[in-house]
Amino acid sequence: MRIVDFFLIILGLLVLFTALSVVVLSLTWLERKFLGRLQRRLGPNRTGPMGLLQPVADAVKLVLKEDILPSSADRAIFWVAPLVVLVPSFMLWVTIPAAENLVLRNVDMGLFYIIAFSVITILGLVLAGWGSANKYGILGGLRSSAQLISYEIPVIMVVIAVAMMAQSLNLIHITNFQLPGIQSITPETARLEAGIQNVPFAVLQPLGMVIFLIAGLAEVGRTPFDIYFAESEIVGGPFVEYSGAHWSVFFLAEYMNTFIIAALTALLFLGGWHGPFNPTSPQWLESLVGVVWFLVKTYFVILVIFWIRGTFPRLRIDQLMAFAWQVVVPLSFANILITGVFMYYGWPWWSLTLMSLTLSSVIGYLIYKHVTAPARKVAEVYNRRRMIERQPRRQAGRQSSGPSAGPEEAVSGG
Amino acid sequence: MAFQEVIFWVLAVSSVAAALGVVLLRDIFRAALLLVVVFLAVAGFFVMMNAEFLAVVQVLIYAGAIAILIIFAIMLTREVQQGNLPNRLQPAAVLFPVLLLAALVFVAVDTDWNLLQDQSRELQDNVEVVQTHTIGGIPDEMRGDIPGSDRSGLGELLINDFVLPFEIASMLLLAAIIGALVLVRER
Repeated sequence: MRIVDFFLIILGLLVLFTALSVVVLSLTWLERKFLGRLQRRLGPNRTGPMGLLQPVADAVKLVLKEDILPSSADRAIFWVAPLVVLVPSFMLWVTIPAAENLVLRNVDMGLFYIIAFSVITILGLVLAGWGSANKYGILGGLRSSAQLISYEIPVIMVVIAVAMMAQSLNLIHITNFQLPGIQSITPETARLEAGIQNVPFAVLQPLGMVIFLIAGLAEVGRTPFDIYFAESEIVGGPFVEYSGAHWSVFFLAEYMNTFIIAALTALLFLGGWHGPFNPTSPQWLESLVGVVWFLVKTYFVILVIFWIRGTFPRLRIDQLMAFAWQVVVPLSFANILITGVFMYYGWPWWSLTLMSLTLSSVIGYLIYKHVTAPARKVAEVYNRRRMIERQPRRQAGRQSSGPSAGPEEAVSGG
Repeated sequence: MAFQEVIFWVLAVSSVAAALGVVLLRDIFRAALLLVVVFLAVAGFFVMMNAEFLAVVQVLIYAGAIAILIIFAIMLTREVQQGNLPNRLQPAAVLFPVLLLAALVFVAVDTDWNLLQDQSRELQDNVEVVQTHTIGGIPDEMRGDIPGSDRSGLGELLINDFVLPFEIASMLLLAAIIGALVLVRER
């Protein structure tokens, strides 16, 4: 390796970091505006046109705030924890391609690399909780490790199903596999392609995409699953003692991870940089259009994530763990099973879609019944009591005012 | 080449220093953290030796799973920062590491490193990928043009030649899971 290559790598990392910072700023603005829309508010609208400078103002505020170190905290662990959270989520971006030839380093087992390094984030959260010498911090650290380890399994299983179909762990190969007319990598893939038809994996594995999104949200700790820093229960969990710049590092990492989940969903399931309009002749134009498609798909997924945040209430910790081990993990295994059966027998591509949809709708119906069971029970009890209350009053009304009085009159009169 | 040597020395010094810290520190939580540093440095060595798959596995299993398990156990143990007092297992604790060290030194001295170096240089000239040699015969058409694309060979070896150890390991893990469930079951 020559010294020029070294500087080129440093330059690439700097560009990546700048781009990610801009993305995070845009995400905070987008989240506030979009949540405002969902809640019939305007969102930020004072700083700059349409509140566009709000993230800048927030960043300046965070940097200028005093950075407080609790007196009983373990100083080294307390300062190192934000970095342990941020560095892995930055390192993941080294191998995520934004277009076919726009990636810092094309690692051949990129997907495996991403899974391995995303685990280290747990370590940072546990460290933050331990280092702050705070009960809520330690509780949050324990909760985060339990939650993140539980939801790591479905993410890995779904990714395995995708890699099985694409016959590769390379993100570029997987994304290209979803485009018709792409040359296959191995002879085995050629045989499979006849059955798979090269449609985006979202069409082939709707169940897989839903599981990936749910488990990914839990990995990142977005709102229905933000149990480990739930402000109303454990007042911020591992982040309770952090303020100023160090807290903003956690914040940066969280938004970076959200963007990673959205980008991976776009790459693995939505066809990445491929779109209806894709010129191939000059390479820079191809890359540009590819990046635009990639960003469009990623931001679409991000809007869905914000939408989920605006819609669902936070889960309780026991509900969260039960949901992971009783629903999501078995479903992800079933997803691998149907993918394997489909590939082994070489059925037509829509059969996998059908199996996946059937499975997800059956499970979705069962979850719906389970979740609404208490409400239905309450309604049933309420209705029965109303019937009982109505019955004697109607008879009493009949006795006093004669047979002409209707039941409504009797109730209101009584 | 010089650049790689710099990286090597950074990794070597940091891994040895962190390993010493693991042994010598009184605070067991910090010792566990330094163990993570050792694991990551070893993963760095694997990357330098072109064994990228092994490096990622190292990060996933050691730095990810095992380190978190250790830290979890420490967080759930009371009065953990005082450390352990010496007990009557001290002779055994001296004996076995000495035996292990002897075995490692013997292997390091006995191995003909020059031969391996020549072989790897030869392989680098021929096929660009060093570690394909170490895990056995992979047909050329299965090897991609990107380094580290030797997973298919590894997978084939696992389900052909080494299927018995592989299955025994999975049985062992299953037994461990069932044992853990039995231990924590409500009676």
